[in-house]
Amino acid sequence: MTDLPAPANPPFRPSMLIHDRRYRSLTFQVVVFILVMAAGWWLVDNTIRNLAALGKTFNFGFLWSRAGYDIPQTPIPYTADDTHLRAAAVGLLNTLIVSILGCIAATILGIAVGVARLSRNWLFARLMTVFVEIFRNMPLLLWILIVYAVFTEILPAPNAYRGDEPAWSMILWDNVALTNRYTAIPTLAMSNDPGSLDLGARITISWATIAITVALIAGLFLRGKIRDHAQKVQDSTGQRPTTWWKSLAVMTLPTLFLIWFFGLHLVAPALKGFNFTGGLNVSNALVALWLALTLYTAAFIAEIVRAGILAVSKGQSEAAFALGMRPKRTMNLVILPQALRVIIPPLISQYLNLTKNSSLAIAVGYMDLRGTLGGTTLNQTGRELEAILLMMLTYLALSLIISAGMNVFNSRVKLKER
Amino acid sequence: MTKSVFLGTVAAATLFAGMGMAQEGSTLAQVKERDELNCGVNTGLVGFAAPDANGNWTGFDVALCRAVAAAVLGDSSKVKFVPTTGQTRFTALSSGEIDVLARNSTWTYSRDTDLKLDFAGVNYYDGQGFMVRKDLGVTSAKELDGATICIQTGTTTELNLADYFRANQMDYTPVNIDSNAEGEQQYMASACDAYTTDASGLAATRAAFADPENHIILPEIISKEPLGPAVRHGDNNWGDIVRWTLNALVAAEEYGVTSKNIEELSKSSNNPEVQRLLGSTDELGAMLGLDAEWAKRAIQANGNYGEIFAANIGEQTPIGLARGLNAQWTQGGLLYAPPFR
Repeated sequence: MTDLPAPANPPFRPSMLIHDRRYRSLTFQVVVFILVMAAGWWLVDNTIRNLAALGKTFNFGFLWSRAGYDIPQTPIPYTADDTHLRAAAVGLLNTLIVSILGCIAATILGIAVGVARLSRNWLFARLMTVFVEIFRNMPLLLWILIVYAVFTEILPAPNAYRGDEPAWSMILWDNVALTNRYTAIPTLAMSNDPGSLDLGARITISWATIAITVALIAGLFLRGKIRDHAQKVQDSTGQRPTTWWKSLAVMTLPTLFLIWFFGLHLVAPALKGFNFTGGLNVSNALVALWLALTLYTAAFIAEIVRAGILAVSKGQSEAAFALGMRPKRTMNLVILPQALRVIIPPLISQYLNLTKNSSLAIAVGYMDLRGTLGGTTLNQTGRELEAILLMMLTYLALSLIISAGMNVFNSRVKLKER
Repeated sequence: MTKSVFLGTVAAATLFAGMGMAQEGSTLAQVKERDELNCGVNTGLVGFAAPDANGNWTGFDVALCRAVAAAVLGDSSKVKFVPTTGQTRFTALSSGEIDVLARNSTWTYSRDTDLKLDFAGVNYYDGQGFMVRKDLGVTSAKELDGATICIQTGTTTELNLADYFRANQMDYTPVNIDSNAEGEQQYMASACDAYTTDASGLAATRAAFADPENHIILPEIISKEPLGPAVRHGDNNWGDIVRWTLNALVAAEEYGVTSKNIEELSKSSNNPEVQRLLGSTDELGAMLGLDAEWAKRAIQANGNYGEIFAANIGEQTPIGLARGLNAQWTQGGLLYAPPFR
């Protein structure tokens, strides 16, 4: 045997960048990187040149100037004298309001429909199929416009509630009035107002709200303690003590006491002048947008839930039944925990979709972030680039926050591998 | 060889980057090269700009676009009408999508300076008003406390409304809408008690109703709304062309030049001002970079200012607007074209 000399590395030649597998991937990466950077640079350069050609500058100073326009729905105090920044904040809060309400309602409805679609009742299951197919296969914008048009055209103007024999009368024991502008609902009022906590920037939270929230959280905490204790007793004696009345008491009694203490009561809206006053007027734009977003997203969530449940193998429930578990416990302890692993990740994207879809609010004049910052502010100040950029970043941040929060939840329910 | 491919890619990328200059050069040259004028108009406001049953745009603002096209391109039909909403109009103009904006737009300080627009003049002196149903029993805007009011977003009227109600210490709920058509629909469904926009727009909207007699326009005019055509800031020559086309239409009415007698006058008029206007003497057109008969063609397109007014929004039309402030200065109005010399 003669020792073969190890093949010497051939000297580097430029053609090896393409023909040599060791370098080829690197070459392509470098080329693509340069192309992407060049495209990015071109975009920025083009923007700067065109802005210069138009004589426009790039700055966010407009955010601190007077907005001058009114917004129909203001979760925080706002007048036309406030800044564009505050108008944008009001818009963002309106976006959050409709998104959160939409996510909650869509989840509840979606789970119900998804489970119902698997029902053994033939008619019921088919009806749910029709629901899903109708709502997820038509553009969301159409649904928003249809719902809004239905509200505007079918419901009466507030005037219809006027007079001794009005054409329409309020429902729910004279507490709620449906009109083609808004739904007038009662507000909460206190006869023993403890004042408010000032958070600065004219944002206040009533002490009553804080007290009741604290009471509810404390109630939840105590309920957990009661449960733990019951579990301990069960573990040691085999007898689970009755806890429901204790749990009910710690959850409700402090809150009821606070409600009595602050003299919390409902104030029904009353027709005065052109409109209902005294109560809270929930604009039809919000209701229509919320309803359309809910129905549309619920159709998708229903399919996700159905897929999640079907993904759990039939053997799992058969095994649970074989162990003598009842159907409800089988669902809660065996099927759902496994189905959730499949359900949560796509559910996150539905929440993100709903939040971003809420920017279709402009179609019904609901003043969300798109309506304030990206609408009137943009138009009155002519700062298109800045406003759109700011809006993109806000939506991005919002989506990332939702996504992060849901990922935490997901890591808690996902399959624990030990 | 590989090196050359690589360098070629880099060179191509640099070349692309070098082509970044978009929308440079004079608007006049662009319009001539395109052989079509892009004119931003209302999405549909009868009398000012609306397509008829055959898809032909007609109206007061449309006539101005046609006059500019006739002056620049020699053919009043070489106009592409781009419908714009209150929200999209200025972006459309500054991005170069349209060459001139004739869309009931109010000339204000911040639009002229901060938004980098140039207003070429005023073709309609307007003011903001309110329209309500007669059966509401309201006779003055001061009685609108607590009312729900439909308002187009992105307009000066939105700001005036906020100011007016604050100044009079009244409350209102705005219903934000995107276009006049949407406002009409909301108002007709009683989703708002009052509809506010420029008084001319209210008259035009009411004229399109099935029952115009059941709606009244309240007497208060709460703002000054000088409406006029706007161009991009920076191209002064193009601004001059639009400004003087408008002036030519106004001057023509003042000197009694109409679409009927214009041919005759261009040959026989003894008035030196008319001769200069119609290009019979002097070469005023060359100063704008146009030919001698630019103004003549502009006037021929739809007639002079008075004819355009009468045909589209005047008292003989369903909209029925009186000349009022928009009469010639000799008739007690505000129209006053600077001299053509």
